Amino acid sequence: MGLFIAQILTGLANASALFMVASGLSLIFGVTRIVNFAHGSFYMLGAYVGYSFMQVLPGGFGFWASILLAGLVVGIIGIIVEMLVLRPVYKAPELFQLVATFGVILVIQDLTLLVWGADDFLGPRAPGLKGIIRIMGEPVPKYDLALIALTPFVAFALWWLITKTRTGILVRAATQDREMVGALGVNQAWLFTGVFFLGCALAGLGGAVQLPKGGADLLMDFNILSAIFVVVVIGGMGSLPGAYVAAVLISVLNVFGVNYLPQSTLALMFVVMVVVLIFRPFGLFGREEVAGEHGQVGEPERPIKPAGQTARMIVVVGLVLLGLLPLVGDSFILVLITDIAIFCLFAASLHFLLGLGGLVSFGHAAYFGGGAYAAALLVTYAGTPMELALILAPLAAGLTAIIFGWVCLRLTGVYFAMLTLAFAQLLWSLVFQWGDFTGGDDGLVDIWPSEWASGTTTFYYLALVLCIGGIILLRHTAHSPFGYALRGARDSARQAEATGINTKHVQWVAFGFAGAMAGIAGGLFVFSKGSIFPNELEIARSFDALIVVFLGGVKTLAGGVVGGAALEGAKDYITRFEYWRLLLGLLIIFVVILAPDGIAGTLRKWAERIGFIKREDQA
Amino acid sequence: MLEIKGVNSFYGKAHVLNDLSFDVERGQVVALLGRNGAGKTTTMKSVMQLVVPQTGSVTYQGTDITRMAPHKVAKLGLGYVPEERRIFTDLTVMENLEVGRQPAREETVTWSEDMLFDMFPNLAERRTNRGKELSGGEQQMLTIARTLMGNPSLILLDEPSEGIAPVIVEEMARVILRLKKDGLTVLLSEQNLHFAQAVADRVVIIESGTAKYKGTLGELNAHPEVRDTYLSV
Repeated sequence: MGLFIAQILTGLANASALFMVASGLSLIFGVTRIVNFAHGSFYMLGAYVGYSFMQVLPGGFGFWASILLAGLVVGIIGIIVEMLVLRPVYKAPELFQLVATFGVILVIQDLTLLVWGADDFLGPRAPGLKGIIRIMGEPVPKYDLALIALTPFVAFALWWLITKTRTGILVRAATQDREMVGALGVNQAWLFTGVFFLGCALAGLGGAVQLPKGGADLLMDFNILSAIFVVVVIGGMGSLPGAYVAAVLISVLNVFGVNYLPQSTLALMFVVMVVVLIFRPFGLFGREEVAGEHGQVGEPERPIKPAGQTARMIVVVGLVLLGLLPLVGDSFILVLITDIAIFCLFAASLHFLLGLGGLVSFGHAAYFGGGAYAAALLVTYAGTPMELALILAPLAAGLTAIIFGWVCLRLTGVYFAMLTLAFAQLLWSLVFQWGDFTGGDDGLVDIWPSEWASGTTTFYYLALVLCIGGIILLRHTAHSPFGYALRGARDSARQAEATGINTKHVQWVAFGFAGAMAGIAGGLFVFSKGSIFPNELEIARSFDALIVVFLGGVKTLAGGVVGGAALEGAKDYITRFEYWRLLLGLLIIFVVILAPDGIAGTLRKWAERIGFIKREDQA
Repeated sequence: MLEIKGVNSFYGKAHVLNDLSFDVERGQVVALLGRNGAGKTTTMKSVMQLVVPQTGSVTYQGTDITRMAPHKVAKLGLGYVPEERRIFTDLTVMENLEVGRQPAREETVTWSEDMLFDMFPNLAERRTNRGKELSGGEQQMLTIARTLMGNPSLILLDEPSEGIAPVIVEEMARVILRLKKDGLTVLLSEQNLHFAQAVADRVVIIESGTAKYKGTLGELNAHPEVRDTYLSV
């Protein structure tokens, strides 16, 4: 009994920081409709900034003042980010701002490394709260009890701000209809900035307040990210009470999980999330999000046409050049192009879902990594030859996508995106924690191609044929009746239904198909590297693909391929620098601001302007 | 007071307002009449800069407000009552009014919640109800009350009589005449000629985004052929 209560108390204490960070994310989403992926980065900054203040401010007063100052400083950094990065892109299509926040993650990661160095910091203990108290014989840290007592006050202050003050009323009004709030004389720009300040300050507070428990390190940003998304989704996007209840639920479950199911702690919260969403699709306290109701601005979707003469010529010339490359290029170039081709197929498969289906999947790495692991496991345990493994990899990935898709497609918009992320994380945690079977963190090694394909040049041709074949198949599908149905379901689900298209079914098939294509890329990846590690299933991998698709251009068919080639090529060059994340992050932010149609979209606009390609409306 | 000169507005590639020009004099009630799709709502939005005209200008009390941010336009004393009502459904009546609150301005009546509840007694009983719990007519009154909280000099009413019960339409007409008496200028858009005849001093008839007829209500009544050409009576 004593242990049970002690565990509940630990869970409640852990919920404190989680609630602060998650409520900040929820608040920002509610008003600005931006899913701030950089929120974990603000949490990390809070920890570092708080740590630095604690070094100079002495005593109990200094400790708590440092936490408040950390919140304030991080809030101000949030304002800077909002004004420099997000303001220019508010008018871009709804999910486009996401990419900008990916860029912010990379920039903050490297700036933190630059300022504080690579060493982890052990958090200072809170003066006056260093010891433990025995509750029914079990030790409970005093600081945990302080956190448990403190959190309701933070929650109450937030609740008061949101429900009782004019600012709170305006924030809630803007959550519903920001254009109308503007038409009534309220400057929404400052309202947005204010909300961003508050949200980031809460993340900073969360980071600083957990210092005595967890310290500060450079992995904090991604580590908390999935937990806060889970909390916000379980609680309901935009709901403060929901964030609190969900934070407590997840934290308490986690503590019990560590004690009773240590093999599955990481998977546990995703399982809870999936269960909650099946019964309450919009979270415990949330309500349905209708896409596009918040004054989404942008050009109407252009119809996608089959490639014209010029475009076909360019592609043929490009293919011939790629085919001749082994005659002149060294093996380094061949390996690089192989990597790029594999990544392009992966990106193109996500682009198919996102651009044509309007299905924003945040967890596409599950099918890339899933295909890769399927191949690797087959080779390791069944001695399967490469040829068969390459056929079974897409089948396994496609099957996984069909199972995951069945659950995910019950939801739409942000909830769909979060659910796909959760499933990807579920798969990742399975692979990561089931070390006996999957090798865990050590991965699976010694997976090489069959004898005939083991030469760099042969494998280059093999990868090229399969990747280009896959990309052509994706393009071909886009122009098939199935592609039309998919686009119809994206643009107007109701109208598509009315013409007899089973939109959910079409989307489900598309989800499985895209998964299978990603599986081919994954299978090729294993054989080109000879090994596979869990990081191919990580959030970061899914983000890579998303960045590529957005940067390439969602609305153009070539977007995935162009973006994939650009990012993979740029990475190869940029990663030679020490602070390559900073460079890449800035590059992403600049592309987002300067070329909001993506690389392919912007190139097409230029081409149209100089008369190289005819515009549809003139043709 | 309000001058719209050669305004061309687009929705994407659709050309909605086509060289639209007309004026609204201080203290008058002007009715913008036209069929569905004639461009009435776009005219309202173009005045408010919610739709930014590509060419032409909108001048309010001598200030060119073209391309100004909508919240600045509102602060100058233009009050916008949208067609779809767009009240904040999760906020209470009192909170909806709070969103509309702006500082007092010299040239107009300074509205308080109590004055508005006098004018809309139904709302007074519903002050702690959420927007989504109100009837259509109550929502329409709340939209007007919310805009009045900004103490506007000119109010833009987009189809105030649409989709509400006849009793409430009558009340709406009384409210508009009362606002006129208080010195407010009103530009309202209507399909309902009878409603316009009850409240308007002047009418502007638009068709395909162009002003086809401008005149007083009396003149329009003297030319039934104009009415028959542009309005479906």
